[in-house]
Amino acid sequence: MKYIDEYRKKDLILGVSEEIKKISKKEISLMEVCGGHTMAIHRFGLHFLLPPNIHLLSGPGCPVCVSGQHFIDTAIAYSRLPGSIITTYGDLIRVPGSASSLEKEKAGGQDIRIVYSVLESLEIAVKNPGKNVIFLGIGFETTAPLTAAAIEEALKRNIRNFSVLSSHKVMPPVMKALVRDGVKINGFIAPGHVTAITGTGIYKDLTESFGLGVVVSGFEPVDMMQSILMLVAQFEAGKPRVEVQYQRVVREEGNPVAQKLLNKVFELKDDRWRGLGLIPLSGLKIRPGLSSFDAEKMFPLEVPVASEPKGCICGLILRGLKTPLECRLFQKKCTPSDPVGACMVSAEGTCATYYKYRS
Amino acid sequence: MCLAIPAKVIRVDGASALVMIEDTEYNASLLLLDDIKAGDYVMLHAGFAIQKVDEEEAIETMRLLIEVEKHNPE
Repeated sequence: MKYIDEYRKKDLILGVSEEIKKISKKEISLMEVCGGHTMAIHRFGLHFLLPPNIHLLSGPGCPVCVSGQHFIDTAIAYSRLPGSIITTYGDLIRVPGSASSLEKEKAGGQDIRIVYSVLESLEIAVKNPGKNVIFLGIGFETTAPLTAAAIEEALKRNIRNFSVLSSHKVMPPVMKALVRDGVKINGFIAPGHVTAITGTGIYKDLTESFGLGVVVSGFEPVDMMQSILMLVAQFEAGKPRVEVQYQRVVREEGNPVAQKLLNKVFELKDDRWRGLGLIPLSGLKIRPGLSSFDAEKMFPLEVPVASEPKGCICGLILRGLKTPLECRLFQKKCTPSDPVGACMVSAEGTCATYYKYRS
Repeated sequence: MCLAIPAKVIRVDGASALVMIEDTEYNASLLLLDDIKAGDYVMLHAGFAIQKVDEEEAIETMRLLIEVEKHNPE
C-alpha cells in the first residue's frame, strides 16, 4: 500500500456514494472544518455524488484565511525593522495586508525568505549572526508543534537570534463558537491531521453538550465519502458520537511527543479570528519563560488594527453562512491573481477552491 | 496548510530520516515521533514526520470499503 491511489478508486467512491443515497433520508448539513477537505470535495467533485438532502458547508480551517490582516501588517512592520530576516511558509506571502503584502515588501528589498520547514530558519539564524530571524508561526495543532520543536532546538543549540511571531490557533474553541453563533449543522467532518496530533478527546464536548456527530476524516476522496456515510448513519440512527474514519493515521491518544512539546512551549490565549472576532482561549502564545523567542516580546511594535477590505465576505464564508457565489466581488474584482480577501489567496481558501474547480 | 503526505522511510539518521514520496527524496525531522524505522510510512508535514501510518488499520478500513462496494454494484 502507498496510501494514496487506493483511496482514489472510482468503484469504491461510487459504492460508498450508492450506500449514502440508500440510507440518507433526512435533510442534513455537515461542515468540513478543514480547508484541505474543502479542496478534496471540489477537486474530486464529491458533492455531485451526494443526494440533494445532504448539504456540505465549508468551515474556518484555513489558517491563512482566519489569521486576519493585523497579523500580516505586523509581519510587514517586522520586515522593515533594520537587521531583520523574515522566514515564512509560502502560503502567507501573497496575503494582502492593509497597505502592502510580504511579496511586495520582498520585491521592495526587505529580506523575506520562504521556508519549507521551520527548521530552515535556525540554519539561516546561524549563518547570519548579526541579524534577527523572525519566523511567522501560522497554523493549527498540526503545525504548531513544529514551531515548538524549532524553539526547543534553538534553546538546546543556544541560537539567540531566532524568534517567532505566533498566530498559531487551536480548533475546538472555534468549532464550539460556530455552533453557539447559530451556524446550523448536524455534524462535523473533523480535521484528520489536527486530530493526529491532539487525539480524539478534544471533540467530546461537541457530542455531549451540543449533540453533534463528529467523524475524523482523511483527505482522499474515498476517505471523505466514507466519513460522510458514517455521519449520515449516526444522524439517521439519532446517535451522534465521535468516530474516526482516518484510522490509519489517527490514534485515540494522538501524538504524545508533539503534545508535550506544544504544551512546553505554548499556552492558550484569547485570539482574534477573521469573521468571528475574539474567541477565548483559541490561540497559542509562547510561554513567559521562553519570551526571548517571542518576537512580540523582543520587538514590541504598535501596529494599528486595520479594517477588513470593503465588500469582502470572507468572514461570513468562514462561518459557513455564505458561499463565494454570493459575493459581489467573486470572480470580478477578486481573483487568485488579484485577491481582495484571504479566502481567495490561500490555495485552500474556500473562494480559491470555488474559483479553481467551479468556475 | 495542514496538508500531510504519506512518505516511505528509507533511512533513519538520528533525529531525522530520509523519506521518499513517489520518486522524490525528502528529509523528514523525527523530533515529533519516536520509534521510526526504515520501511515505515510516515505522514510528512512541512518537513516533519507527524504520525506513523498504521498498515493494519489501513487494511481494515479498505476491507470495510470493499464490503460497501460489493453491496452496491454499479
